[in-house]
Amino acid sequence: MNKMIDEQELHNDQAPGVKAWLRSGDPLIWLNGAAVSVCVIAVVGLLLLLAVRGLSHFWPADVLAVTVSYQGQSRELLGEVVEEVEVSGGQLREAGFELQGSGPFFQRTLLKQGNRDFLGTDFTWLIDEQFGARRFPADLLVVERLDWGNFYGYLRGVNRLGEAPITVAEQGEATTLAALQTLIADTVAVREEIDHIEQGAIGTINYDLERLRLRERGLELEGRLDALAQAELASERAELELRFRELQDQLYVLYDSIKDHSYSAELADGRVVTLPIAKVVRAYQPNAMNVPAKMSMYGKRLWEFLSQPPREANTEGGIFPAMFGTVLMVILMSIIVTPFGVVAAVYLREYASQGFVTRTIRVAVNNLAGVPSIVYGVFGLGFFVYFVGGELDQLFFPASLPRPTFGTPGLMWASLTLALLTLPVVIVATEEGLARIPSTVREGSLALGATRAETLWRVVLPMASPAMMTGLILAVARAAGEVAPLMLVGVVKLAPTLPLDANYPYLHLDQKFMHLGFHIYDVGFQSPNVEAARPLVYATAFLLVVIIALLNLTAVSLRNRLRERYKSLEH
Amino acid sequence: MSILSEHVSSFTPRWRRFKDRLATVSVTAGGASVLGAILLIFFYLLYEVLPLFGSADVEPRAEVASPFASAPLYLAVEEQTEIGFAVFANSSGSFFQLDSGEVLLTSDMASELGAVTAVAEESPAKRMIALAHESGAVSLYAHEYRLSYPDGNRVITPRIERSYPALDLRVANAPVTQLAVGETDDALVLISLNAVGVLQAQRFNRSENFMTGEVSFDAELLTLPPLAGETAAFHVDEDLRWLYHIDTKGGFTVINLRQRDAMGKLEVASRGELFDRGGQLSESAMLLGGISLLVASDRGELVQYFMVRDGEGGHHLQRVREFDTDGIVITTLLPEHRRKGFLALGRQGEVQVYHTTAHRRLLSESALPLGGGAAAISPRADALLLVDSDGSLRSWHIDNEHPDISWSALWTEVWYESYDEPEYVWQSSASDNDFEPKYSFAPLAFGTLKAAFYTMMIAAPLAICGAIYTAYFMAPALRRKIKPMIELMEALPTVILGFLAGLWLAPLIEDKLTAVITLMLALPFGVILFAFLWSRLPRAIRSWVPEGWHAAVLIPVVIFIGYASFASNDVLELLLFNGDMRNWITSELGISFDQRNALVVGIAMGMAVIPTIFSISEDAIFSVPKHLSYGSLALGATPWQTLVGVVIPTASPGIFSGLMIGLGRAVGETMIVLMATGNTPIIDINIFEGMRTLSANIAVEVPEAEVDSTHYRVLFLAAFVLFMFTFMVNTVAELVRQRLRIKYGSL
Repeated sequence: MNKMIDEQELHNDQAPGVKAWLRSGDPLIWLNGAAVSVCVIAVVGLLLLLAVRGLSHFWPADVLAVTVSYQGQSRELLGEVVEEVEVSGGQLREAGFELQGSGPFFQRTLLKQGNRDFLGTDFTWLIDEQFGARRFPADLLVVERLDWGNFYGYLRGVNRLGEAPITVAEQGEATTLAALQTLIADTVAVREEIDHIEQGAIGTINYDLERLRLRERGLELEGRLDALAQAELASERAELELRFRELQDQLYVLYDSIKDHSYSAELADGRVVTLPIAKVVRAYQPNAMNVPAKMSMYGKRLWEFLSQPPREANTEGGIFPAMFGTVLMVILMSIIVTPFGVVAAVYLREYASQGFVTRTIRVAVNNLAGVPSIVYGVFGLGFFVYFVGGELDQLFFPASLPRPTFGTPGLMWASLTLALLTLPVVIVATEEGLARIPSTVREGSLALGATRAETLWRVVLPMASPAMMTGLILAVARAAGEVAPLMLVGVVKLAPTLPLDANYPYLHLDQKFMHLGFHIYDVGFQSPNVEAARPLVYATAFLLVVIIALLNLTAVSLRNRLRERYKSLEH
Repeated sequence: MSILSEHVSSFTPRWRRFKDRLATVSVTAGGASVLGAILLIFFYLLYEVLPLFGSADVEPRAEVASPFASAPLYLAVEEQTEIGFAVFANSSGSFFQLDSGEVLLTSDMASELGAVTAVAEESPAKRMIALAHESGAVSLYAHEYRLSYPDGNRVITPRIERSYPALDLRVANAPVTQLAVGETDDALVLISLNAVGVLQAQRFNRSENFMTGEVSFDAELLTLPPLAGETAAFHVDEDLRWLYHIDTKGGFTVINLRQRDAMGKLEVASRGELFDRGGQLSESAMLLGGISLLVASDRGELVQYFMVRDGEGGHHLQRVREFDTDGIVITTLLPEHRRKGFLALGRQGEVQVYHTTAHRRLLSESALPLGGGAAAISPRADALLLVDSDGSLRSWHIDNEHPDISWSALWTEVWYESYDEPEYVWQSSASDNDFEPKYSFAPLAFGTLKAAFYTMMIAAPLAICGAIYTAYFMAPALRRKIKPMIELMEALPTVILGFLAGLWLAPLIEDKLTAVITLMLALPFGVILFAFLWSRLPRAIRSWVPEGWHAAVLIPVVIFIGYASFASNDVLELLLFNGDMRNWITSELGISFDQRNALVVGIAMGMAVIPTIFSISEDAIFSVPKHLSYGSLALGATPWQTLVGVVIPTASPGIFSGLMIGLGRAVGETMIVLMATGNTPIIDINIFEGMRTLSANIAVEVPEAEVDSTHYRVLFLAAFVLFMFTFMVNTVAELVRQRLRIKYGSL
């Protein structure tokens, strides 16, 4: 319709004057259109930014070797180029730099030089005009380590305990590198075994010891701690301690077996250093790798990111515990929120008479949706954690007092708080689904003699189930991205154990947990080494966006399918 | 089989009816629980907040007739309010049980120096007192309490200890009638008034031997300037800088103890009259922290003073606030030991409880039969102890948990100690004990509104224009793609927006400020220019793009304008701002510039709010009945005229409702503000400076606040304020929307 009129106008006045054109309102339409374009560009740009920055981190970038000369002195540097910017000469001169070039602008490069244990800082800003020729030596080795960040250097030798050292000078580059890789693989295997013992068996023993202590305290509080009980506890404790010592001995042996392997390498400045293999995650020569090799390395690093716990104050390693915590919290929240949300929606749509009370409840629902999330956090902290949790501790966990069990932020309170926060989402979505079910269906069921409850249970709810799913998915998406309330009711920057493990009662609702959103905040803003952590924050953010976008798209497609279904019902 | 089916059939109708009723009841309960949830939040927040505004309460605790022969010169209570301490004129100090009056320990207090004529307390926290003896000598004592837990029961062992017993502190040759003492790490000051009316100030400079750790003092007589009138009272401040002298006529002289004039006399810093309504001094005391002076007149005036810097580098004693005593003449002032509050006892046995910062009287009770004697307040300000002149002992419980908060403390300018003028300050905690907590919501509320304002400045035009275009002009095929896309933005976690704003956008804007401003100016003009050129294009080219696809055509244009702005950044900066706009703003315009500022917050939070406003406004515009716009178009109006004249007025309540909900979101948003600003609680509308909002403040401070402390409850109050604000905004929006629905229904 609009189109027709527009065209008519255009016919009438092929090329209006500037004034007429301005008066026609056309420029304003274009401006409104520009608003949409800006929004779209912003959304797409944001996602692209996250994707590029987040995903590029795992690519084994080439490592630059360069001679930097400044004021007659020169030094050798190795490192990955992280960022390049243009800066005006004035700014640089103000900062005290002596510049050779004349151009108003100078290129600066941020180099990740690693080797924090030898150089002090792992990032350095350089002015490009001081660079000599850029080289990418094929034998340059990158070592990812458990502490001190990456190592960049040239491999010189490998030293396996009890065997003759292998050096590049004697056995050649390829043999040495192969020896290094085998040694790393062996060490990693031992380290995994150590982790297994420490996390698994020893963790269980510690947990059992703590439970024994609580049992003893509980008996003491009840006044039933007699000699018999004491003897029993002592014997159990002795047994646990014996097992603990055995495992500890086993651990010592394992530790000793790897601690003396080492490799030596030459730094950029020519120093040759010897470093322990026990701290190595992996080693590779990016400049010598071809694209398929790099892709394989990319896959490995991406998998590590997804499956490993973080290390080095969360600036390296993976985010598995954060993903796990997020998922577990969201599942618990769904279990709580779904019944309440559905029942409330059913009440509003099927049972309540549409009067003042329903209107009030609708206003309440809308308000619940509008209450700032931090207010939920404060409420959760005050009411759930300190009030309800404190009471629970008094009633059921007097043995561990004064250390709180549920009277402190934890998984259960976080799930409950978020359930409250997402309740309106489920209600609104379910209600919408119920509203779409033609009343003829209900009437048909009632006419056949079914009660209201039966109609609801057998006819209405099954038909509304996609709507409920939609609501639930939207709630999950909202909960997965919410951080502010969680900061008050249960997330921590680093949880030593997962809230779900092999120790009875398996699911530890009282434990604190890690969360992807909070991880972003914490690593990006509270980290001691923000520069090193930044790529990981982008990667985490991208992962979170992908999860949430997928959830939302699922919800949208479910909603569309639902609509299609009722369209066919109406005819 | 038949038996079974018979049984079932007889059972089923009742069972079915029961199930039906059960379902009705449980569903209704479930529906009500939503209402319950919001009421629970409301009432729980209120429950945490209300104690802040409660008044104080005093209840009798114990009364013991005459455990002592006379009234003591000095009285104190220990932390747990179990044991009291009294100093008597006969140079003895007694510890006694508060409730039974039983004397636990009586110690001699330098009786070789003669009877005690005056006692001064250094500061309540140090528990140090100075005793002036008949001989004119002074002895220093500290009363201490050691806690131990034999067999799990608390036992308090009191003792007194003389400080610097070897030191000869002689202040006068005549008996001293009044004494003031002050001690810092490097000096001890004693001010004394003797029976002849001579005022004397002495400083004992401390020096410590590094090897042995031995402390020695050398005495120094401070020459006072001539003072008008007869001395009524005097006090020394905590830094031993000011000596406050008050004469019997209510005049004051503040003497600077650190500055001497050419004659070697101490300089007078400030002089004047204490009382507006005249009258004589009835009582004076230093408030906790030794900065504020409290004075009461015999005409019922009660005023707080402290020293304030004036413009010329000098200081003057500033009348800060007056307390309404209801005309009661205060005869005893008992400052609290941990807070900036005090207890005032009146001539007729009245008890009043005040707080200075909150400017609040928490209690005024007249029924306490007080006789002349000594009084003390416990360190936790939960007990009042009196020993009458006949030696009888009485104590009261004081219930006064949260005196620090009042309407004026939260929302008006408050003159805090050591500040030059009344100000709005939020500073909830500090390292020292005698800190005055500053709970002004004004900077936080201002920060919240500032963030919301800049957010709406960016979000409202983009969202509403976008909604108008999408709902009214856009081709349906495109609309089906664009709308979910923008709505997907709503699902974007704010923590991600905040992190990008703080770590990516803030440095980018700082670096390319010129480009950002150029972009904002160039975008509308560039688009209009493009549109004009487009209208000049031959029809053949224009018809390639179907009507309603403006937005798609504009995407490359917008990207180009953006690229051009950023590419020209350096050149423009060099030409206009000497190569660094940020520097130029600070030095030429005198506007301070933070990297994480309101502009960054506005853009980031705008991204979070745009989808909300967009979605609601778009629905409102789209659901305007089509026959209205057809009618307008049929009458010859252009599409734009139809939009402005018919569609927008009809949809305006919906747009308004979208704006309100967007505003509610901007006000309550936490993570973006937390990450994209410096979180400094300042009041400044400057777009290049940060702010601290109520929500970010809660997120930062709640984890550190002690449960049920005043600070904790104040943060709950902040949450309550946010709750109420969004509640009102959302309710208005919802009511408007409901009205809109009825209106469309009738169309």
